[in-house]
Amino acid sequence: MSSFKELFSIFHLKPNARREALYGLAFISLWLIGFLLFTLFPMIATLVFTFTNINLAQEQSLQFVGLQNYLAMFKDSQLHNALGVTFKYALIALPIGLALPLIVALLLNNKYLRAKGFFRIMFYLPFVIPFVAGIFAWGGLLNPEQGWINQGLEALGVQNPPGWLNDPTWVYPGLVILGLWGIGSAVIINLAGLQGIPTELYDAAKVDGAGWWATLWNVTLPMMSPVLFYALVLGVVGVFQYFLVPLVITDGTGRPGGATMFFNLYLYKTFFTFQNMSYGAAQAWVLFLLILALTVFLFWSSKYWVHYAGDTR
Amino acid sequence: MQVKTVNESQLATAPAVSSSARVKRMLREGGKSFTLTFFVIVLLAAFLSPLLRITMNSFKTADQVAEYGTPLYPAKPRVIEYQGKEYDIYKVPLAEGVRELALYKKGRVTSEFLDPANLSAPPIVWEGAWRSLDRAWDFAPTLSNYQQVWDLIDYPRLMFNTVALAVIGTIGTLLSNTLVAYGFARFRIPGKQFLFTLLIATIFLPAAVTLIPTYTVFVKLGWIGTWLPLLVPTFFANAFDVFLLRQFFLTIPREMDEAAMIDGANPFQILWSVILPQAWAAVIAVGIFHFVYTWNDYFGPLIYLSTRPDLQPIAVGLARFNSIYGNKPELIQAGTIMTLIVPVIIFIFAQKYFMQGVVITGVEK
Repeated sequence: MSSFKELFSIFHLKPNARREALYGLAFISLWLIGFLLFTLFPMIATLVFTFTNINLAQEQSLQFVGLQNYLAMFKDSQLHNALGVTFKYALIALPIGLALPLIVALLLNNKYLRAKGFFRIMFYLPFVIPFVAGIFAWGGLLNPEQGWINQGLEALGVQNPPGWLNDPTWVYPGLVILGLWGIGSAVIINLAGLQGIPTELYDAAKVDGAGWWATLWNVTLPMMSPVLFYALVLGVVGVFQYFLVPLVITDGTGRPGGATMFFNLYLYKTFFTFQNMSYGAAQAWVLFLLILALTVFLFWSSKYWVHYAGDTR
Repeated sequence: MQVKTVNESQLATAPAVSSSARVKRMLREGGKSFTLTFFVIVLLAAFLSPLLRITMNSFKTADQVAEYGTPLYPAKPRVIEYQGKEYDIYKVPLAEGVRELALYKKGRVTSEFLDPANLSAPPIVWEGAWRSLDRAWDFAPTLSNYQQVWDLIDYPRLMFNTVALAVIGTIGTLLSNTLVAYGFARFRIPGKQFLFTLLIATIFLPAAVTLIPTYTVFVKLGWIGTWLPLLVPTFFANAFDVFLLRQFFLTIPREMDEAAMIDGANPFQILWSVILPQAWAAVIAVGIFHFVYTWNDYFGPLIYLSTRPDLQPIAVGLARFNSIYGNKPELIQAGTIMTLIVPVIIFIFAQKYFMQGVVITGVEK
């Protein structure tokens, strides 16, 4: 917070420095105004809402209700289910979301691969496809009868291939597979990270007689840890807000059997369907605090596993 | 980690390799290269196969999509006209090999076929169930799905909305983010580090925590059912784009700014004539990222324009179309292609800038 106080030292600057500071403030003022209007003020307003009883579905006089909205969450079994759904999905989506782009990037970075530029572009390409269109295109893969995933499984002799999006258990891997079309951006980031690893390190590992696995474990992964850390933090932030794909696929019904009623989807239903603004606001703040806690935890843990080459943070 | 360095000359003095060993090594490396490249091609084909499938389906007739066992490409059954009647052509296995013949008389045990090349010749009798035979198909793409979707979805209107939203939003994004990034990159402001941290922290903020008051204010302003809630915020910068542009501006040497300043240029002139000419790649990256982002945006238009289908962009229009015509997959697939074609074309022409932009935001942290 010390740098917060610095904000006010603008009054003690010498004329030249003050002129520069004022110009700078003028340039960033657009963002400052936007931040106050579209972020800080609404956040505080949401927080205030959580202590009231605004519910557009019921006529009632506005009252402060203390912690009632927060206490209601402890008794809301649908909310518990939604939280469970979100964690289940996160446990599958995050490891795959970290590992798969790295694996593809390792393939694309291999010195024996030809036409690297072409592959890089083609793996990125689906990333620009609107996700509604992506769902209709890639969702076909998961069709229990006609999708080639199940046709392939049947050809391999699997008796009862999964029902994917219609099955309360398989829906989570199904949604992860459905999300794969957008891995292109992560692949490019991983690839740039791999290309940034100094070749001397690989030469040294070779001289030390390290094999492929040892090199991956002792050189590539430590050197990639900042990229993986960045992906993990953004992945956590994204996965706890995940709801658009189930919203489009199931029309927000949570089919099958509530298995796709994600926390954020339940939150938006509380807002827009049940119009219980105060309860929805309380859920939004819980979501915010949850993401904040996880992000802070990740940043704290990073000093044990993220390796920043050449600088001591 | 201990790092040993290898002297170049040490490597060079390795025992001379005989030419046959060198050929062997080249062959081995060529083999590895071929195997790996082939594997990646297969992987890529699997990855992109859904795109190919919907492209094919979008050119098929409804009958072909519904019928089982038809070719993967758009096709119609081959028929031949004879004496005013149409006969289907089948692939019939005969003693001399498989021949394509017209089914003339259907029978349970034996059927009679005509030779399309010589229709007046006596029919060929074939023993077996004609239903077990494969039909012969002609490649026959149809544009009728596209024509139907064009009218049903009011494609020109959706397209106009999407382009207008994307263009205005991109202008707002470029203006605001360039100015803000310049402010963060070049000026000594007290507490700048704090403000920058605050800016980056907004990336981690769930949208839900600001949505209801923002929505309520837009209702009070009478902005629901207009484009304003989608466009106005673009003129106030955002964390991702400021970050990308600032990182790029920081790589431009300060000496040139200072030289211009000594010549009496004001900060706007420096931004315009020194910084921007060297930062086009990043500016273009931000512009096309935002353009594509608008094309893909679904939730914003959904909540702010739900009462005004005539103002909605294509992503919302496609989802609405799917909920009405979900039982006509060939139409949905044509609509899907019509939605994704523009971003894909933009990407193909501007892929260099996409790649640069991704790398700047993703790695230079």
